[in-house]
Amino acid sequence: MELKAVGTAGTLESSDVMITLEPKDSGGIDLSLESSVLNQYGRQIKAEVLASLERLGVKNAKVIVNDHGALDCTIKARVECAFYRGCGVDMDGRFDWGGVIR
Amino acid sequence: MSIPRPKPEKFRLRRTMMFMNAQKPGLIKDAYIYGADSIMLDLEDAVAENQKDSARFSLYHALKEIDYGDTEVIVRINGLDTPHWKEDIRVCVAGGCDGIRIAKTESAADVKTVDEAVTEAEKEFGVEVGRTLLMAALESPKGVLNAFEICQASPRLFGVALSGGDYRKCMQVKVIPGGIEMLFARGFMLNAARAAGIQCFDTVFTNLNDDEGFRAEVKQNVEMGFDGKSLINPKQIPIVHEMLAPTQKEIAEAEKIVRAFREQADKGVGVFTLDNGKMIDIAFVPGAERVIRLAKASGIYEGDL
Repeated sequence: MELKAVGTAGTLESSDVMITLEPKDSGGIDLSLESSVLNQYGRQIKAEVLASLERLGVKNAKVIVNDHGALDCTIKARVECAFYRGCGVDMDGRFDWGGVIR
Repeated sequence: MSIPRPKPEKFRLRRTMMFMNAQKPGLIKDAYIYGADSIMLDLEDAVAENQKDSARFSLYHALKEIDYGDTEVIVRINGLDTPHWKEDIRVCVAGGCDGIRIAKTESAADVKTVDEAVTEAEKEFGVEVGRTLLMAALESPKGVLNAFEICQASPRLFGVALSGGDYRKCMQVKVIPGGIEMLFARGFMLNAARAAGIQCFDTVFTNLNDDEGFRAEVKQNVEMGFDGKSLINPKQIPIVHEMLAPTQKEIAEAEKIVRAFREQADKGVGVFTLDNGKMIDIAFVPGAERVIRLAKASGIYEGDL
């Protein structure tokens, strides 16, 4: 599955994170992070986003992360949702729960 | 990191079942701290049509990673008349929720349709077949009239709940203090649930500023014999728990019945009288045991039964 268009998920509410993925042809992952807890958790948030992208097979993308104190489980959920939206898949299709989504 | 959950108990205590939007991380992360017996993570009405996908991802990881402890985790899925319900069921089972609330149930066939999809998903995701429980929400006059066949439709089904908002709309009535407009639906559904041997839950009370009205409705629920109530706000939880708690007198009586019955049964006696002259047989025992269980859950039991 491949990122074809910009995919966005999440909100700017407290405990949530907004993730935007933009397709790129080359140059790897270009991640920019804004967070209300940047000093304490910046590195951890970045690692969580990158791990999710790796599971999903995303090699090249521009990634914008706007975090308001999201837990790891929320970060994963928003990255996955943004990815599948960017791939243009049917929202009620069959997803790979427990596979690449874990 | 995945939190294992014990096998769901079909007839556990469910005094309070609180709705929470599965899409809101701020809500679901501390859903268990409010002390409701069950939480109902909502994929249906609380989630906007264009966020159904997002809510499922959020639900999946919450089910896998948040430790809900003793709180039962139910998920309300979208109705069978939508394109969403099949994938809702897959994510519920893959995530390992305790049970699924079927919205807008109108017939036994609806329950069976969900039951089959759940079985299929359990096989797909390597979950023990039969683990996932079901409950059915009756939201229309037709659903209420078919309550008895719905209540008997699946061995997974632990209970039925009334959904007042939609039902009142169909009946062309508004909320009336005292509940005359819901009297038939409540009574009929309770009777069907008891006949089928499953639990029964009342609808939500939506006016959060009307404490007196809420208490009056809960009192009526207790008097009519409901097992519990659907809630929309944590502040309603302690009120229901307090009002469902048995009195010390009821607890003492229940203890007496349970103890006496055990003693008499050992001697081979089936019917006997207590010191207050009340005749007791085996029919009184489940009720007495329920009082003890409620007392324990309410934190007011000091005995050793």
